[in-house]
Amino acid sequence: MSEEKKPELSRRQFLKSVGAAAAVATVGGAAGLHKGHPETVGSPASVTPQGVGERTVSLNVNGEVHRLLLEPRMTLLDAIRDRLGLTGSKRVCDRGTCGACTVYLDGKPIYACLKLAVDCEGHKVETVESLAPDGKLNAVQQAFVNHDSLQCGFCTPGFVMCVNHLLKTNKSPSLADIKNACSGNVCRCGTYTRIFEAAESAAKAMREGA
Amino acid sequence: MSEWNDRSKTKYVGQRVTRVEGPLKVSGRAKYTYDIQLPDMLYGAILGSPHAAAQVKSVDISEAERMPGVKAVHVVAGPGTNLRHQGQDVAAVAATTEQQARDALRAIRVEYEVRPHRVITQVASQDPERMEPFPALSDEAQTALRAADATIEGSYSVPVRIHTCLETHGCVVRWDGDDRFTMWCSTQAVHGVRGGMAQNQGVPAGNVRVICEHMGGGFGSKLGPGSEFAVCAALAKKAKAPVKLMRDRHTEQLTTGNGPDAHARVRAGARKDGKLAVIAADCFGTSGYSAQWGMPFPYVYRAETRAVRSRPVRTNCGSDAPLRAPMHPQACAITEQVVDELAYALGMDPLELRLANTDGVRKQQFELGAKLFGWEKRNPKPGSDGGRFRRGMGVGTSAWGGGGGPGSRVELTIHRDATIEVKLGTQDLGTGTRTYVASIVAEDLGVDISQVRAMIGDSDFGYSGASGGSTTTASVAPAVKTASLEARRQLFEKAAEMVGQPAEELDARDGKVFVSSDPSKSITFAEVCSRLGVAGIVANGTFDASLQQGGVAGVQFAEVEVDMWTGRVRPIRVLAVHDCGYWMNRLTTESQIIGGVIQGIGMALLEERKMDENTGRCLNPDLEQYKLPGPWEMPEIVPHLFETHQKVAGIGEPPVIPTAGAIANAVFHASGLRIRHLPITPRKLLEAMDERV
Ligand code: FES
Ligand code: FES
Repeated sequence: MSEEKKPELSRRQFLKSVGAAAAVATVGGAAGLHKGHPETVGSPASVTPQGVGERTVSLNVNGEVHRLLLEPRMTLLDAIRDRLGLTGSKRVCDRGTCGACTVYLDGKPIYACLKLAVDCEGHKVETVESLAPDGKLNAVQQAFVNHDSLQCGFCTPGFVMCVNHLLKTNKSPSLADIKNACSGNVCRCGTYTRIFEAAESAAKAMREGA
Repeated sequence: MSEWNDRSKTKYVGQRVTRVEGPLKVSGRAKYTYDIQLPDMLYGAILGSPHAAAQVKSVDISEAERMPGVKAVHVVAGPGTNLRHQGQDVAAVAATTEQQARDALRAIRVEYEVRPHRVITQVASQDPERMEPFPALSDEAQTALRAADATIEGSYSVPVRIHTCLETHGCVVRWDGDDRFTMWCSTQAVHGVRGGMAQNQGVPAGNVRVICEHMGGGFGSKLGPGSEFAVCAALAKKAKAPVKLMRDRHTEQLTTGNGPDAHARVRAGARKDGKLAVIAADCFGTSGYSAQWGMPFPYVYRAETRAVRSRPVRTNCGSDAPLRAPMHPQACAITEQVVDELAYALGMDPLELRLANTDGVRKQQFELGAKLFGWEKRNPKPGSDGGRFRRGMGVGTSAWGGGGGPGSRVELTIHRDATIEVKLGTQDLGTGTRTYVASIVAEDLGVDISQVRAMIGDSDFGYSGASGGSTTTASVAPAVKTASLEARRQLFEKAAEMVGQPAEELDARDGKVFVSSDPSKSITFAEVCSRLGVAGIVANGTFDASLQQGGVAGVQFAEVEVDMWTGRVRPIRVLAVHDCGYWMNRLTTESQIIGGVIQGIGMALLEERKMDENTGRCLNPDLEQYKLPGPWEMPEIVPHLFETHQKVAGIGEPPVIPTAGAIANAVFHASGLRIRHLPITPRKLLEAMDERV
């Protein structure tokens, strides 16, 4: 365990320290531009990691409370994937650009890779696994299957979560509403138009109470 | 010599069948390599070179070895190693948590001697040592250009694009003894990886098992064992524990392959009747340090006189990897713009000129597409809309092989409980392999698709080739069909005794085996199965060339809207007419076409790897600055499955080819501005407007 262990390390301090580490690394790299000079990249002294040292965190995930020993710097995404084995939320960019890690925090979609697990204590986390707890797909998931709105499927849980949230708050979304709801998510295989179709047909099915 | 089922009578084959693994994928239960967790598993991480060109002087791992949680440190690039590009593997760590592994990477001290680099193709191509002078045009080409009724001259380019698979490259390796291991990996070739890994780890091929149940995108970059596989195996061996090593997004973008750029200086001429008389071009591009580069230019259309030179340019960038129809979209985008320009120079409809230079299936597709798309409504004059938002139409074409090849070995078992399993060592990249495997069998045996379990993605199953070149379906489907027909034959033999009619007179549908001429004489599938021996029915299948055929054509029409104030291009609709042979599944075939078009839109408008010559580094090895198409770029996409024959053909690659050229031509038609260098960004359009004023 590191000497740096500070149980009440705040998120702000943590981010500051990450920023500092990143800055050091960049300077270290730039030094290499003086061609022909040997250089050393990344010495431990200059980049002492912050937020190390485990502490107990209670996480309420899909209605179950888990007490986990984890480092304050661990993201919510890593905690639910690596500690709880809920691997439906995917890690793709790990920095808030792709939406593959989308979960609900107190009912609102967030990027789980941008949230520290410690900051989720006292909040309700729901993952894609919560949508079909007994294996029976909900209307949105079924529409994704019916319209073939997936290929490799790696982006799919994230899109399912976004569309599902949209339809909870908007019973008759326009195409623009759907695009908006999906605009924080990326699909490389190219399934967008079929996701739009699925969203429209799920909305219809839900309105008709199917 | 077999035949595919008559699609007017089928329940599954050729129909719209939803993916059998769909429910797993939409509920987050599908396990990808990234999701594998094993008891006592460690996490690996790789340190990449910060330099584009350097020699490693020393690597000190002593500090890293003492870091908390660290179980193994592995040096990939020892002293003396020449590093050729940023991100190249230098060393790796395995630790109890991923964070600890990353911490330890920062404690590795590497001394580099930085060397000069070249990372931008145009710069490298001008380096006298790396470039030959532009070849003088032959007398023949000069004469042809003089004789042409219209000529054009221009420089065109397509930038380097990055595969950007959402699941990064990586694997989990577990040694099961000194010379035996199991690995889970994200791959397009489970058998290929087995062979490659056995070789690089020095163990017998039979001692390696490779598993890939689901994979999150490959597009050509996951055809062999990536360097991270060997690193992971080394770490796992050293640590005496299973290791998961998935690349982080940064090194993924830098090191796991890219689609090369293409630059072409072109002079071309056509005759009054639209026939291409001559194309002369100097083409170059980079595939990284390997200096292997070439493109099929001009694409599809043939000129009477062709004087084209291709030269590879060596750069200190990550090596290329096949990217969905390697070099075809590049060659197509440039060629389609060249012929478009020739048409305008002749005062001819761009479609007319294409018709004058094509024949056969492609010509029919152009004609059909034009009709479906409403090409005749197009105003022949570019930029004629006036006003702020201007619409335009463009067109492009593709050619691809897409036939199958021998090798796949299928094992089909009908169990006494009326369930069926089909095993073969192919893999599903997201194209729907499992679904058509199950469909073929369910169709021939007349059972519900849920009774068939298609088992793939495991090198312990019979051999099947790599999924590249759009060859998977045309290789796998015939082998499955052979097994399926053999199982059907055995099933009918058994049933014949029971219904008291010869096997040749039986048919199967809806869970029943019945007499074709008198369906009331029947027995259920389950009943026949219950009378089988313990072994059930076992049937093997191998490739049958008569069931597949390569050589597919396609055309795409695009309509865009250009905002003349902001330079923004909005794709409105794309019609994609593609020769799909005998499609296995209409639903997933359409999805392949839609996906290809969407990637083509990225190429036309957004995607570009940016390098910085000064530092030798990539400026956008991430998803923020490497722009992928998103919901707002989506046009209406209409896939049209064009039927030419009753044999199975591949469709993975063709639909990505024509899109960018068609869009570029539509942008010209809308705005009167020819942007010869992709991607067509607002900035380039605004600059072109400025120049014209
Ligand atoms: S992994 Fe969280 S947004 Fe990409
Ligand atoms: S389905 Fe593959 S990334 Fe979306």
